[in-house]
Amino acid sequence: MKAKELTDQYLHSGHGCCPGCAMTIVLRTAFQALGSQTVAVITAGCFGTISGTFPVSPIKLASYNTTFPSAGAAGSGVRAALDIKGDFKTTVLAIAGDGGTFDIGIQALSAAAERNDDYIFICYDNEAYMNTGIQRSSATPWGAWTTTTPPANLKSQPKKDIVQIMVAHRIPYVATVSIAYPEDFIRKIKKAKETRGFKFIYAFSPCPVGWRFPSEQTIRLARLAVQAKVFPLYEVENGERYTLNVEPEGIPINEYLKPQGRFAYLKEGDWERIQENIDREWKRLMNRIENQMI
Amino acid sequence: MKKLLTGNSAVSYGVMLSRAEVISAYPITPQTTIVEELSEMCADGRLPAKFIRVESEHSALACVTAACAAGARVFTATSSHGLAYMHEMLHWASGSRLPVVMVNANRAIGSPWNIWCDHSDSLSQRDTGWIQLYCQSAQEALDTVIQAYKVAEEVLLPVMILEDGFFLSHTSDTVDIPEPKEVDAFLPPYKPRYKLDPNDPHTFNIMADPSVFIDFKHEAQMAMEKAKKAITRVDREFKARFGRGYGWAGKVHLPDAEVVLLTMGTTASTALEVIKALCQQGKKVGLCRLRMFRPFPAEELCQVLSGAKKIAVLDRDNSLGAGGIVAQEVKAALFNLPRRPKVFEFIAGLGGRDITPEDIQEILEYTIKNPSPNGQPLWVGIQK
Repeated sequence: MKAKELTDQYLHSGHGCCPGCAMTIVLRTAFQALGSQTVAVITAGCFGTISGTFPVSPIKLASYNTTFPSAGAAGSGVRAALDIKGDFKTTVLAIAGDGGTFDIGIQALSAAAERNDDYIFICYDNEAYMNTGIQRSSATPWGAWTTTTPPANLKSQPKKDIVQIMVAHRIPYVATVSIAYPEDFIRKIKKAKETRGFKFIYAFSPCPVGWRFPSEQTIRLARLAVQAKVFPLYEVENGERYTLNVEPEGIPINEYLKPQGRFAYLKEGDWERIQENIDREWKRLMNRIENQMI
Repeated sequence: MKKLLTGNSAVSYGVMLSRAEVISAYPITPQTTIVEELSEMCADGRLPAKFIRVESEHSALACVTAACAAGARVFTATSSHGLAYMHEMLHWASGSRLPVVMVNANRAIGSPWNIWCDHSDSLSQRDTGWIQLYCQSAQEALDTVIQAYKVAEEVLLPVMILEDGFFLSHTSDTVDIPEPKEVDAFLPPYKPRYKLDPNDPHTFNIMADPSVFIDFKHEAQMAMEKAKKAITRVDREFKARFGRGYGWAGKVHLPDAEVVLLTMGTTASTALEVIKALCQQGKKVGLCRLRMFRPFPAEELCQVLSGAKKIAVLDRDNSLGAGGIVAQEVKAALFNLPRRPKVFEFIAGLGGRDITPEDIQEILEYTIKNPSPNGQPLWVGIQK
């Protein structure tokens, strides 16, 4: 499947998402790659609250909204119900934002991964609580402005490494995906669908409102994140087999940071510090790929 | 077949006979032996269900609620802090109008830590939209599980079955285990009216804005009222087939008694002995053991209590700053009667303190002796 073949077949217009929202592109891509034989489990967060209003739904898949912390548990419940009825061909897809994955949802997510329940968990990471109005989460990067990390007190901790946390569960499949690389994205979703056990798909989701950039720049930001090594595209099988899928150009970090208003309050030396962190993380990833171990 | 079973074991048999398909639970005293036995039943094939061992009670209820939305008959069990931890999901399950069935072994909530029986865990969840049925015996617990599925699947509301922690959960009694084929005839497989179906895709629990939200809640209220009739009808049908019925309440010497003791759970067994003895002495006392607390049987209570002069409500719970929860509801139910009985309120047995025959004797004697309550609930057995 090519990027231009992506349609709104399973996610129509009529949702309340902001112009330039990456999450809708993430989910449209995931839905289309999976097809109609899918049950979606949705938690609170951007998608849960603005994905439509009764009695109409823009989602053309059987879908179930659950509470903020419970994507991991609800995904397991739907899978078990389908299995006991003998339906092994329907895919279950649990959908959560960074809050529902990194923070309030991590307990149920970790438990489902540990049980290796057979479904796909996709996280759209827009790096803060965007639906409630841009509050920091543990996915917010160091130095970013949010409404709870104001200019005088910018986020002073690094982003939680959710991929390594999920890899440490030794689940069959962990992959990072980007809307700027749709063919890679679609291939990974299809691979997850064919893999038995727990699959974690981690999608980068630039947010024009929360990151303070023009809404037509969403895909560009997603591409810059990959090329600047902020969001490497890779996959990990069974907790140990690492594969890098896109070789980044390694553009300087300021090319990625500069278009975003949330990084406007960085002080002298901060960009260098961020660049050093990126380079260190990249080296770590390269070591894992070369040594093929955690 | 008759067997010696604890209350918890009787519940497990009830779940097995009801052919639950997805079970999820997290261990907590004194519920744990229910899910231990169910996992054995699943493992050895007596119950061909999926058993999901989750990491918390919140997840247990989230898991079975989602499984129920996908069309499965589901079960979970918990107690105390576990029930409190489920609070968000309790609202979600009833709001989703899903026929989830759970058993809660009643236990006090800390702090301080306490693992013994009182009703404050389930009564503090009374507003979450669940049907609540309080049991008195192991037999009733088993039978109520089977009845609960039938009621829940008819009215599309979840059912919480309550059994007193340790007093019922861990004591053994002779239990008549119904024949599986009889239960199958009484309770056919769950046929959901709505379910998650890829061939007929719909979105469950989507945003309902102010123009429709109140209508969803009103529909649920109508279902709760329907549940009142369904509970008594299903109980009658059960009695016709199995010879045992429980009604919305256990009633002794009603409506002829002048003084009625009203309580819930196993305390009623102790109270019955005291009341029998008092009756033999010529006292006009009766017993009302409330089985159905949600929906609350206000009209039914008015009918059976309107002839009494005084009601002694024995609460195994307390709402701090307001008093016993059962007493509050009983008073509210009686308020509009033209001639209403006086309601004496007693708090006893919190955190597993024994409620002895002497305590009940004292409660009844106080109620008989005093013309009016003194305006405050009386706490039984407080250390001076």
